[in-house]
Amino acid sequence: MALFKLTLKELQEKFTSGEVTAGEIARAYLLRVSQVEPKIKAYISVTQKDVLLEKAQGIDDGLKAWRKTEPLMAMPLGIKDNICTKGMRTTCGSRMLDNFVPPYDATVMNKLNAQKPLIIGKTNLDEFAMGSSTEHSAFGPSRNPWNQKHIPGGSSGGSAAAVAAEECVAALGSDTGGSIRQPAACCGVVGFKPTYGRVSRYGLVAFASSLDQIGPITKTVTDAAIMLNALVGYDPLDSTSANRDFPDFTKSAKKKDIKKLTVGVPEEYFAEGLDPEVAEKVQDAIAELEKIGGKIQAVTLPSTARAIATYYLIATAEASSNLARYDGVKYGFRAKECKSLAEMYHSTRSHGFGPEVKRRIMLGTYALSAGYYDAYYAKAQAVRTMIQRDFDEVFKEVDLLVSPVMPTPAFQLGERLEDPLQMYLSDIYTIPASLAGLPAISIPCGLSAKGLPIGLQLMGRPFEETIVLRAAYAYEQATNWRSKRPVIRS
Amino acid sequence: MANISHKEVEHVAQLARLDLTEPEKTLFGEQLSQILTFVEQLQEVSTEGIPPTASVADKASVLREDIPGEGLSQEQALSNAPEASDGFFVVPKILGKK
Repeated sequence: MALFKLTLKELQEKFTSGEVTAGEIARAYLLRVSQVEPKIKAYISVTQKDVLLEKAQGIDDGLKAWRKTEPLMAMPLGIKDNICTKGMRTTCGSRMLDNFVPPYDATVMNKLNAQKPLIIGKTNLDEFAMGSSTEHSAFGPSRNPWNQKHIPGGSSGGSAAAVAAEECVAALGSDTGGSIRQPAACCGVVGFKPTYGRVSRYGLVAFASSLDQIGPITKTVTDAAIMLNALVGYDPLDSTSANRDFPDFTKSAKKKDIKKLTVGVPEEYFAEGLDPEVAEKVQDAIAELEKIGGKIQAVTLPSTARAIATYYLIATAEASSNLARYDGVKYGFRAKECKSLAEMYHSTRSHGFGPEVKRRIMLGTYALSAGYYDAYYAKAQAVRTMIQRDFDEVFKEVDLLVSPVMPTPAFQLGERLEDPLQMYLSDIYTIPASLAGLPAISIPCGLSAKGLPIGLQLMGRPFEETIVLRAAYAYEQATNWRSKRPVIRS
Repeated sequence: MANISHKEVEHVAQLARLDLTEPEKTLFGEQLSQILTFVEQLQEVSTEGIPPTASVADKASVLREDIPGEGLSQEQALSNAPEASDGFFVVPKILGKK
């Protein structure tokens, strides 16, 4: 079997046993990327061939002296291009950072690099992670490997497409309102947003700091657990990092049943607007969860209907503040031939940012401006508390919540580009867990009649990633959707 | 029904340090009006006595000992500067005649 078809765990076993070398892995993926990337456009930057081969050679040479491997050693990974990589261009999908080469690594990169993986490249995203389709990338959209006329989802669409098209074995994404889970659902792969604070945000270019969280996109639940093990941990460089113990997450992906777990089905997630085909697949999945021992219980989360409005006020307010730093002074793009400092600020920002980023900065600035702060931003913060309390209440009765990830399968490229509100509404099922900071996973639960993947979301209590992983693994083993792979037509 | 006037769009753009073209002002005016109309539903929610959530993190503030650590070198810090000279970031003149 071709190396690129393997899961992270399978590839790891082949490398650890000495059956394949880092050099062979690097060559297999370089070939795969050269064949598939022109169609999928998952990457903004791909590591140069000689650089990657040299890295692989270094691993193969060093192995004799080290005498041990690390879980991610020689594993080919994709990194979302809003995560700072020292010496490697980090664009955030924006003209503003087209030439930005970070002088430092994000904490997650330090953690990964300690295990000597092979970084295949930096993956595409909506500009500054603002979007649900990658169509807002300044470098053009990525394509859904299942059907290239469709979006791969967003904002981590490049990471999800790269894993689905087997251009890397696993990838990092970031999730602010669904940006890991939604593209994973669109591309038929696994996407896991850990609890807010579980993974350090240091070196993740800030969009909405109270919501942003890094997590893995992988082929299987076990692979997600392997990646999570490498990413989590307290970081003094991130003031919101959680100083808590964490288990070996791979131990959660072992049991094939979910006996003694109660799974809540929130009625608000199955209301108007949900595509019948998606509803059917998710209902099938709920029946399957019951079959493997879960106790199914109907629950209600009454504030769900307010989540989108709440999110788009809080996220844009935080974004307008975070993106004030792009002024053309210390790094990034600077407009040419400006006569004054003020002119330079205005011209730099007007030419450096794309339309969606400008729209969100405008909305956030408006929501924070004098006379509107209480009506919009402060109000949204109070409703956020209500949404969080809804979850606190139901989690007294259930261990998990199950829902769709997205109301429809991946829509077509261009379909919602002119209608920002319509695009925002597709985030309805992923936003509440972001506002409450909960761990949530997206796993494949079937294909639509048109052959597009459909995702199932499982949400858990804060810091109970283990329960989410256990249920996701048991469901995955019971159904085998993971064996379905896209055929990439030329 | 929120209705963001041309003038308000210009005011917000100025606060955000953005120059918008006339077509952008018209488009953003319409789109922001539409989005704000949608978010106005929050006014229907009674939030009396409910505290705001700014962050779901474990604690609000973290302090550390004030001990210098390793930082970036001056060269590294300036490596991405659009314009730099003698260890400084260079910007257009801010004082005196233009």
